Amino acid sequence: MDNVIHYASLFLFAAGSFFVITGALGLLRFPDFYTRMHASGVTDTLGADLILWGMILQADGDWLLIAKLLIIMLFLMFTSPVSTHSIAHAAWVGGLNPLLGKELKHHDIAPDRDETKAPVEMPGGEEQNKGGAA
Amino acid sequence: MVKFLISIAGRFIVLSLALMGIWLLLSGYFDKTTLLVFGIFSALFCAWLTLHMGILDDDSVPLSVMPGIFFYWLWLFIEIGKSNFTVAMKVWSPKMSLSPQMIRVKARQVSDSGKATFANSITLTPGTVSVDLLGEDILIHALTEDLADVGAIEDMGRKVCRVEGTRHEKAQGKAEQGGGT
Repeated sequence: MDNVIHYASLFLFAAGSFFVITGALGLLRFPDFYTRMHASGVTDTLGADLILWGMILQADGDWLLIAKLLIIMLFLMFTSPVSTHSIAHAAWVGGLNPLLGKELKHHDIAPDRDETKAPVEMPGGEEQNKGGAA
Repeated sequence: MVKFLISIAGRFIVLSLALMGIWLLLSGYFDKTTLLVFGIFSALFCAWLTLHMGILDDDSVPLSVMPGIFFYWLWLFIEIGKSNFTVAMKVWSPKMSLSPQMIRVKARQVSDSGKATFANSITLTPGTVSVDLLGEDILIHALTEDLADVGAIEDMGRKVCRVEGTRHEKAQGKAEQGGGT
C-alpha cells in the first residue's frame, strides 16, 4: 500500500513537471504578449496543483501538513488570476494591440494611450466577430 | 447551523471560531495549555479589532455564500483541468493553429465580489483571460475560437450568480425589514 502511494506521488510529480515545462515552452513558442499569458496559466494552475497533490501523498498521513498544503493551493487559486489579470489589464490600458484571428493580424482595438483618461469606447461586437472570422 | 449562529451573535462568533480553527491548524499545538490560551485570546482580539474597525460585514465574513462556494470551487477545479489539456495540446502541436479572439461577456453578478469571482474564474481557466471590466461586460482574450465559447463562459457566470443569489435575496429581505420597522 505504501508503495502504491509512493509511486502515485511520483507520477503526480512527473505530470506536474510536464505541465510546468509545457507552460515554459508555450511562453517561448506563442506569438505575442496576450497568447503567452495563456501559456503561463498552465504552469500556475495544473502544474502547481499536481505537484502539490504529489506532496500531499508524500506527507504520509500527517494531516497538519496536508491542511497546510491545501491552504497553499487555495492561496494560489486566489493570487494567480489577480496577478495575471493585472498584467493583462496594464498591457491593454497601455495600448498594446493583440494579434487576432487565424492569420494573427494586429487589430487596432486597444484604447489609445493618450486618451486613457477619456471614457474607453470599444468597437461593437459585430465588428469584432468579423475580425475574428477573417 | 451557520444561520443559527448568525441569529444569536452574528459574524463575531463565526469569525472568532474560524480564526481559532486556523490558529490550531497552523500551529498544531493541542496539549500546550498556555499557548492554547494565548491562541484563543489572539483570535478573540483579532475578531474584536475587526468589529471595532467596522469591517465586520458580508465582505470580510462572507457567510451567505458559504456552502455553495465550495461546490463551485470543486466544479471550477475540474473545468480548469479540462481546459489545461486544450492549451497544452496547442503548445506541443508542431503547427500551432491559434486564432486569438477578443470577446465580451455579460457579468450579471450583483455584488463586486461576485463579479471578481467570475472574472477570476475566467482568468484561472487557461485559454481565457479577463482583460477589462467595461460596465456590465467583461472583456476576455481567448486563445482559440473553441475556447472563446461565450455560452460556456455565460454558464459559468450563471453558476456564480446562483452561489451569490442567496446573498442577494438576503440583502433585499433585510432592506424590506428595515423599511417596515
